[in-house]
Amino acid sequence: MSKPTDLVQGTLDLLILKTIALEPMHGWAIAQRIRHTSGDVLQVGQGALYPALHKLEQNGWIQSEWAISETNRRAKYYKLTRAGRKAMESEASQWERLSAAISLIVRTV
Amino acid sequence: MRWMSVIGLRLRSLLLRNKVEQELDEEMRYHLEREIEEAIAAGMSPQNARYAAMRSIRDIEQRKEECRDVRGLNPFDKTLQDLSYAVRQLQRNPVFACTAIFVLALGISVAVSIFGFVDAALIRPLPYADQGRLVAAFESSPGTPRSWLSYLDFEDWKKLNKVFASIDAYALNGSFTLSTSTGAEQVPGTRVSAGFFRTLGIQPAFGRDFRTGEDSAGASQTVILSYRAWQERFAGKRDVLGRTLILNGIPAIVIGVLPANFQFAPYGGAEFWTTLRGTDSCEQHRDCHNLIAIARLNDGLSIETASQNMRLVAEQLQRQYPGTNRFFGSANLVPLRDFIVGDVRSVLLMLFSGAGLLLLMACVNVATLLLARSDKRRREIAVRGAMGASSSRLFHQFATEGFVLATAGCILGLALAQAGIRLLTNLIPPEKMESMPFMRGLGLNAWTVAFACGLSLLAGIAFSFIPVARASLGTMTEGLKEGDRGSAGTTWRRFGSGLVVTEIALAMVLMVSAGLLGKSLYQLLHLNVGFKPDQLVYFQTSWAPGRYQTDKQTALLGRQMVDRISSLPGVTSVGLATAPPIDSAWGTASFHIAGQPNHGENNEVINRRVSAGYLRTLQAKLWKGRYFSDVEDTSKPPVVIINTTLAKKFFPGQDPIGRQIYYDWSPQSLMQVIGVVDDIKEGPLEDPNWPALYVPCNQAPLAWPAVLVRTSQPVQWASSKIIAAIHGIDAFITVSAGVSMTERINLSPTAYLHRSAAWLVGAFACAALLLGVVGLYGVVAYSVGQRTREIGVRMALGAERGAVYQLVLGEAGRLTAIGVVLGAIGSVGAATLFQTMLFGVRSWDPQTLLGVAVLLGIAALLASYTPARRATLVNPVEALRAE
Repeated sequence: MSKPTDLVQGTLDLLILKTIALEPMHGWAIAQRIRHTSGDVLQVGQGALYPALHKLEQNGWIQSEWAISETNRRAKYYKLTRAGRKAMESEASQWERLSAAISLIVRTV
Repeated sequence: MRWMSVIGLRLRSLLLRNKVEQELDEEMRYHLEREIEEAIAAGMSPQNARYAAMRSIRDIEQRKEECRDVRGLNPFDKTLQDLSYAVRQLQRNPVFACTAIFVLALGISVAVSIFGFVDAALIRPLPYADQGRLVAAFESSPGTPRSWLSYLDFEDWKKLNKVFASIDAYALNGSFTLSTSTGAEQVPGTRVSAGFFRTLGIQPAFGRDFRTGEDSAGASQTVILSYRAWQERFAGKRDVLGRTLILNGIPAIVIGVLPANFQFAPYGGAEFWTTLRGTDSCEQHRDCHNLIAIARLNDGLSIETASQNMRLVAEQLQRQYPGTNRFFGSANLVPLRDFIVGDVRSVLLMLFSGAGLLLLMACVNVATLLLARSDKRRREIAVRGAMGASSSRLFHQFATEGFVLATAGCILGLALAQAGIRLLTNLIPPEKMESMPFMRGLGLNAWTVAFACGLSLLAGIAFSFIPVARASLGTMTEGLKEGDRGSAGTTWRRFGSGLVVTEIALAMVLMVSAGLLGKSLYQLLHLNVGFKPDQLVYFQTSWAPGRYQTDKQTALLGRQMVDRISSLPGVTSVGLATAPPIDSAWGTASFHIAGQPNHGENNEVINRRVSAGYLRTLQAKLWKGRYFSDVEDTSKPPVVIINTTLAKKFFPGQDPIGRQIYYDWSPQSLMQVIGVVDDIKEGPLEDPNWPALYVPCNQAPLAWPAVLVRTSQPVQWASSKIIAAIHGIDAFITVSAGVSMTERINLSPTAYLHRSAAWLVGAFACAALLLGVVGLYGVVAYSVGQRTREIGVRMALGAERGAVYQLVLGEAGRLTAIGVVLGAIGSVGAATLFQTMLFGVRSWDPQTLLGVAVLLGIAALLASYTPARRATLVNPVEALRAE
């Protein structure tokens, strides 16, 4: 299981925001989606996920509501707020710049 | 928008705690169940899947904790936890809790009570408009920086100054003769210039203020009443306006009533306010000084600039009137508050420092208790540390305990302070209260409460750090060792000893201060005043000016008074004088010795006109020559009696008897010195004796005499007879209630100030002694408890009881000795700071220092005797087994 420290600082937030940008999701689904989309490279365990979700909610970037899940049980769904979308965009562009810079160095040296 | 939702979330976390917790739980459970399902789907047996999930439960609790942290619940939670834990801790040790809270409350209440007075007198603005710009203005001569102003100079100051928005004055005689249908009454009041109330920024409650020009000689006399006079003398009826009163024999129309909350400390009790008219005999002479001016500085002008300008004005007047203003070439402006608060300031500041020391002692005392307790809790702290409590968490816990103590102390302290302020204001006699109206109706207010809260905050912070400092002194593993009495014990003793030494030193400072003040008071009250005050009663008479017009009439009245009063039963003798001894109003005159060159020096001496029997009535000791005789009247050559100070100063090494002197104002007034009396204390008690001369009132008429009667009867009883006798001569003479001279000495402003200071600091000192002894007892007892095993070993090895006593008492003695030495140094320093409060005693009075040191030594011995005795009763076998 990857811990937040394994990811570049702040990347988990971006991953979560990006993931729920498509549709509201509950925590477990977010973890699964990240794993699948990354081709099983990024495994986000509950240890990192839930504190991150609660922090994002406290920041006002995501909102939560209870709904019935695909397995017919009550689950807490998170969705992006307008502030969250803005934050996601700026974090995404930040990431692009950073990763491009890192790739540049990795390739040339 | 976003902020609102964030705040909403925080509030939700705080207020709907259970719901948030439950949701957190459900969210985690959901995740867990999906994990199990996933595992089963992946082919794991349901049982194994469940086990795997169970194993991660501990992990889940940690995540939940992290989520709570993120939600901002934890600090709040922890504080609540710490709070309930702290309260539980205190409940478990009620003796410790009560002692600590009470000691702290005592310290806080004393500091807050005194601060209440400091606030009222020195911080809170005086109740006048823009009071910071008000100054009291004085003329100034080389010897007297604050000399009263003469009316003619005041008039010139008004015209010539360029620095005051307005300048007004009030006269120094504080009463009027109010004629009533049956006789006359002496009523408190004074005369002011017309703009006086406008300068202060005061408007009458109703009616009108004096108009400009209403203080001129030709204007008809008007009077403004104080609210109290209106209520008490005129039953609060509005038709008082327009009524005519006869004040000092002159009709005056009531034009207004002052607001109920108006106060003017120099004449706190004044009920009648009329105008200065410049018609008084004194006011027609430029060298007769009877006014104090109150002025409002122009906006933006500093008091220094204004003083400079006024000094120039005074110099100009000095050049213009060299005869009268020769010695008054300067001016002195004093902020009105400084003038009004006066002597009280130094007393208050001294008391405030004393209260501060006492509070410090209380805090040190509580700190000692906390230290001892934290030592007992070493194992608890170590265990909690071992269980994973972070040091910040432990600090949080101690801080909470410290603040719980401080808060409890603060609340109890405020309650005590409220009672203390009440008690202290009630102790101020009403006639003193009149000169300190700003202290009326004192109680807790926002400032005093804020002050108390600030103090407890500081105390709380200090208390938080003590156990922490202690905890870092010893390592945790040491704390875990059973029965460890190693290095930490010694560090504790060192730290604790420091606190005890501090306490004893502080107690010493307070006790020496109290001792010095007490000694000053004793010196003051047992001062050789030059007369026998016992059974000597003083009455002040007065009548409307003009009632006795000629000198002959006045002289006749004097003789009649003496005759009538002398014939009363129990009266031994009677004397009349311009003023009684120990008086603040000084009648002075300048004189020269006949036959000596007159270079125009100002030989200013006290000048008293007295009846022939006056000095005999006072039982003043005749040093040389003779007393006056009753036959010496205007038909005989003028005679004079001088005091020893005058004789020594002006007739050094000569015999003054038979020499002739004359007043500066009339070189023809040659008087022959017929006697020298020992100095009679004419001025305030603490002032040095001044040269004085006494002339017989049969030769120089005496109006409004002070009557002094020596009687063998009780004062109260004699008083009524004497007043009746004077009224038998003329019902329109007002007579003050008789005061015995002993009482007058006791109640004189100086004695009062010294007495209040001595009593209050004395009370502080008692509290300090108690706290010091308790602190020492605590530390010695604790140290004995800690060393039980050591003592057991010593006794097992054959130590005698005496040696054990020596061990314990020796330590206490050493601490006390260090404390006393430090305290002695501190108290000499402290006494130097309040030198002005000392009378006839030096700041390093060896008697007081030694006395206090011995007292503290005995107290320390008593405090450590019980623990020492307990130590000798240690059973070596048990002591060794118990450990």
